[in-house]
Amino acid sequence: MSKTYVHAPGFVAGDRPKIVTSRFEFADSFTLERYLATDGYKGLRAALSRPANEIHEDVKSATVLGRGGAGFPAGTKWGLTPQQVWPRYLVVNGDESEPGTYKDRLLMERDPHQLIEGCLIACYAAGLSQCFLYIRGEMALAQERVATALNEAYAAGYVGKNILGSKFSVDIILHWGAGAYVVGEETALIESLEGNRGMPRLKPPFFPAANGLYGQPTIVNNVETLANLPWLLTHGVAAYTAIGTKTSPGTRMVAVSGHVKRPGVYEIINGTTTFRDLIYGEEFCGGIRNSNALKAFVPGGGSAPWFTPDQLDLPFEASQVGPAGSMLGSGAVMVMDETTDIPAAALTLTHFYAHESCGKCTPCREGGTWLERILRRVVDGEGTDADLQQLLEVGAMICPGAFPHAANEKLGLTAVPFPYKMTTICFVGPSAFAPVHSALTLFRSEFEARVKKRVTIPVTAVTNETANVGASA
Amino acid sequence: MTIVDPIKEAAPVDPNVVNITINDKPVVARKGELIIAAADRTEDFIPRFCYHPRMSPVGMCRQCLVEVETPRGPMMVVSCMTPVAEGQVVRTATDGVKKAQEGVLELLLANHPLDCPVCDKGGECPLQDQAFSHGPGESRFVEEKRHYEKPIAISDIVYLDRERCILCDRCTRFADEVAGDALITFTSRGNDTQVLTFPDEPFSSYFSGNTVQICPVGALTAKPYRFKARPWDLDQTESTCTSCSVGCRTVVQSSRDELVRYQGVDIDPVNWGWLCDRGRYNFESVNSPDRLTAPLMKNGSELVATSWSVALENAARMIRLALAQSTNSVAILGGARGTNEDAFAWAMLADKLGINQRDAQLGDGLSPEVFNLAQATIDETCAAKTIILLAPDVKEELPVLYLRLRDAAQKRKSRIIEFSSRNTGLTPYAWRTVGFEPGNQAQVVREALATPEMKEQIARGEVVVVVGRSNLAESEVFTLQALGEVLSAVPSAKVLPVLRRGNVRGAVTAGLTPKDNSGDAIDILNAAAAGKIECLILLGVDPMADVADSGLVQRAFSQVKNLISIDTMINSSNRNADLVLPAAAYGEKNGTTTNLEGRISNVAQKITPRGTSRPDWMIATELSIALGADIGVSSLEDLNEKLVNTVAAFAPSSDAKSTHGDGVLMARETPVTISGVASKVTDRNAYNYRLVVSRTMYDSAQSTVASPSLAGIITDAAIFVNPLDLARIGVAEGSSVRVGADGTNIVIAIKTHNGINRGTAWLPFNHTGVDIRPLLNIASDVVDVRIEPIK
Repeated sequence: MSKTYVHAPGFVAGDRPKIVTSRFEFADSFTLERYLATDGYKGLRAALSRPANEIHEDVKSATVLGRGGAGFPAGTKWGLTPQQVWPRYLVVNGDESEPGTYKDRLLMERDPHQLIEGCLIACYAAGLSQCFLYIRGEMALAQERVATALNEAYAAGYVGKNILGSKFSVDIILHWGAGAYVVGEETALIESLEGNRGMPRLKPPFFPAANGLYGQPTIVNNVETLANLPWLLTHGVAAYTAIGTKTSPGTRMVAVSGHVKRPGVYEIINGTTTFRDLIYGEEFCGGIRNSNALKAFVPGGGSAPWFTPDQLDLPFEASQVGPAGSMLGSGAVMVMDETTDIPAAALTLTHFYAHESCGKCTPCREGGTWLERILRRVVDGEGTDADLQQLLEVGAMICPGAFPHAANEKLGLTAVPFPYKMTTICFVGPSAFAPVHSALTLFRSEFEARVKKRVTIPVTAVTNETANVGASA
Repeated sequence: MTIVDPIKEAAPVDPNVVNITINDKPVVARKGELIIAAADRTEDFIPRFCYHPRMSPVGMCRQCLVEVETPRGPMMVVSCMTPVAEGQVVRTATDGVKKAQEGVLELLLANHPLDCPVCDKGGECPLQDQAFSHGPGESRFVEEKRHYEKPIAISDIVYLDRERCILCDRCTRFADEVAGDALITFTSRGNDTQVLTFPDEPFSSYFSGNTVQICPVGALTAKPYRFKARPWDLDQTESTCTSCSVGCRTVVQSSRDELVRYQGVDIDPVNWGWLCDRGRYNFESVNSPDRLTAPLMKNGSELVATSWSVALENAARMIRLALAQSTNSVAILGGARGTNEDAFAWAMLADKLGINQRDAQLGDGLSPEVFNLAQATIDETCAAKTIILLAPDVKEELPVLYLRLRDAAQKRKSRIIEFSSRNTGLTPYAWRTVGFEPGNQAQVVREALATPEMKEQIARGEVVVVVGRSNLAESEVFTLQALGEVLSAVPSAKVLPVLRRGNVRGAVTAGLTPKDNSGDAIDILNAAAAGKIECLILLGVDPMADVADSGLVQRAFSQVKNLISIDTMINSSNRNADLVLPAAAYGEKNGTTTNLEGRISNVAQKITPRGTSRPDWMIATELSIALGADIGVSSLEDLNEKLVNTVAAFAPSSDAKSTHGDGVLMARETPVTISGVASKVTDRNAYNYRLVVSRTMYDSAQSTVASPSLAGIITDAAIFVNPLDLARIGVAEGSSVRVGADGTNIVIAIKTHNGINRGTAWLPFNHTGVDIRPLLNIASDVVDVRIEPIK
């Protein structure tokens, strides 16, 4: 049965396997005392008792998928660092700022030790000598909890020199962001960490695994990804892969927001849970508010193309969501019921991405704002038919070629699979276009209704007769 | 039987060659090269704004998108950040590429004000040109554009119009990466991103003019050129800057027979396209209303305009009178500001008349024997593993050499070992900076180079010593001693002599240097002060302002019977001359010049000489005829031919074409070596401060003062000490102090600088306000001063 806790607002527990949220039921889950009482640092001990490459193999064979957005297997990522180049770093991406996403914040607030343990395991397995924990500037409580936990962990000998009496030493350095969405992009995060403006680097040539922080090999992992590791090491690969599907094992945190009866963060079984389960299931969101009809939902954070009820039966499985025209992204589902003003909803999202553009790439800097301004005009009822076409054409400057969208039976649309092509370095630019494109493709009639039908003002040639009227008066 | 032709066997494969195709045409590229750089060697132009071959790519503007074949089909990449790869297939003009490029251009133009009719860049604007060649033709942007205050002055010289800016990161990258003055940066974010200075900190970089040149739109404009001309009205010719001895390649542009702008030209061996602001903007002095237009002759106490024939006749009379006494009664000072030909014509005349006393240096240079040591070029210096600096503050005196050395230290991993009596512009980039007190450098150098750390570094490879005069208040001997110490520690080291005057190396080599041990400039001035010189000829020099010991110059001038000056303007020296002949200025004459590494390159005439002024060589020729000692020169070509045939060093430039573009290096004789000279150490009374006097970029040099845009930048003189010494003196920063040496006192403001050692005081030379030269006595090896509060 679903359960909520006063001390963990936003989190909804259920009778499902818990990998990363197992301690959320305790009010003091963020303390070292509670952590140790609930198998804390057991995974680290287990890891340190075995050679590092075996741990790396475990993570690889468990196919721990990156939970930040791209869904790249963590074990494979660790293997991309060049051999014998030192030092190499772990950077923890705690700059969770994708609209609709608030799972990492809970993980940092409720179970910071789990994250620290995950970092240590990753450092040990991938041979990383230093860890930088980058936490979003706006998350004050998460910063406080992680800082406190880190102090406790240092004092108790879990972090620092010769961890648990072994030869393994690692330092974890906390860094608080200054508040920019684009810094969630790994290369921009590295720039920000180095003290520069948070602007992404082009990859290639600068893949962080080869040339990252301070020019050294760097692994950038999401908070949730790392939080999976203690459980994996404590319970073993078999237990981990027994949950979920072969390609998407384990669980994943999903943040649901919008017009559902019980919005919140759920830890769901990866790969098998469908969007219908999530939105309508009693143990999850319990359906749409006021039992309204579902109009559309965003399956993977504000930058993902939208789905309609046609896609409800898709599972949380990247290999199926991609071809259907969207992405699972950061694990954020935004639900819109029949009362939603679609153009206005698209404007809200586009405004966010246009505002969060770092200003580096021309198409995003200029195009994002242009999209927003046209869209605002349309929403305000001042747009024209040409504006709707213009929206798509400006978008095509950011994302040339076919843009992914979902199939729709009623409109007779077939899906255009993910991903898109883009003229920018990172995904902020295309993200500004994604909501516009989805809304315009799936709900064009709502836009057309908003577009002002201008009456053509008849222009008559000025004759001598009419021209003289003013003069004689 | 098969016969194997050895020639037809496979040639060895160059591992650095990468074969790619661009638009189905094969292109040979180098490993690591970017697609856009490879494409620049073909006919297929890829449009770009942010890419600049001399700076690291950023991929910011996205204009250079091209398609590259990948296993997953054609992929759109930015060609300025994608390196070539063997077998790569690049397409720059497919429909997809065209659409993407048009899209980016439309976006760049979306917020651009399109005020081309009133924009200085209009007509030579990459945005304008590429909007025509690669743009969509018209804009669909109907919203209101971004608005900013326009333009805002971000320094004394540069104006910024943020509305025109397309945020390509060229200026900000240049300031940070090339110049090391990150005084402009992006502020705000997204659509509000703008280039700005930091609060209360102007963009006062010595290299700010380069940002104006590389700006791909009219966002950055410079005061001297604003609204002066339109690009299609400009006439231009390639030349070499002679403001200092680096010899940067420039384009001299004029409109209506008036110089309006210099632009840097990218040549590999010297300036890479960069110029310093002084060199770039002091063309204003050529246009100065104070330029002389006719010869002036003393009539009573006044200088009165006269004709050339009268002037030359009188000059000949003055010289003849003096020669009647002795050939030692005539002396020639200067010549380093002219061309090689100017110097050679005067040297020929001096030879003909038997005048041995001549010197293009003014006591602040080095003995010409440094040119006979094993020489290094700028390129060789920047490629050396170790660069030893025994030099003045290169950033102040030879700014573009500073850019090259900084680049070598930053990117090419040369290590700079700096010996200096105070922090210089290169100190932040030096691997080791070893401080010394003026006078003790030889000992400091010997001890420093004997340490294991330095020995290990020196053993890593090529060593080049950059040697010049770092202190006008010390004897030349100390620099030569220190150089001797370096050369005895590293006998294989090459030398890059850095003397600052424009063509000093050319003038000295062409013959304007003491002949038959007749004594240098200081000896000449001493002889004059002793009444032994009847006639002194000044070739474009102002010893009153330029020689450290002004007292000596005053005494000398008061004793000289006839002072003849050949110059472009009236200055403190020729104000009291008996005869002033107007000389053609830079941009008004042809010829060749020689830079500090001995590179001969051409200077070109762009405008007609002011009034009746003539090039120095012509004056020498006519004077020789008036004197009945014809040097037999009928034209500049004639003179140049004589020069390359007579002076062996100039022989490589016998083909005039060789002096264009990169220029050509002087022929070098078998190098001699000098070894360590027994050095003496001069002790300092602990109550005194040892004086370091050196030049800064903006001082009261004639060409700076006469350039309105630069004149305002010159700061007032002040004495600088270490902050900790301030308490010892017992004064507050900014207050006036009495500085005394050998019975002479000056009153000057005191300031502090962390880069000055305790016990040392730094005085910038030739600044406005207080005249500091009374303190400088050339007779003493070093100058120690007392600094006292004014009660």
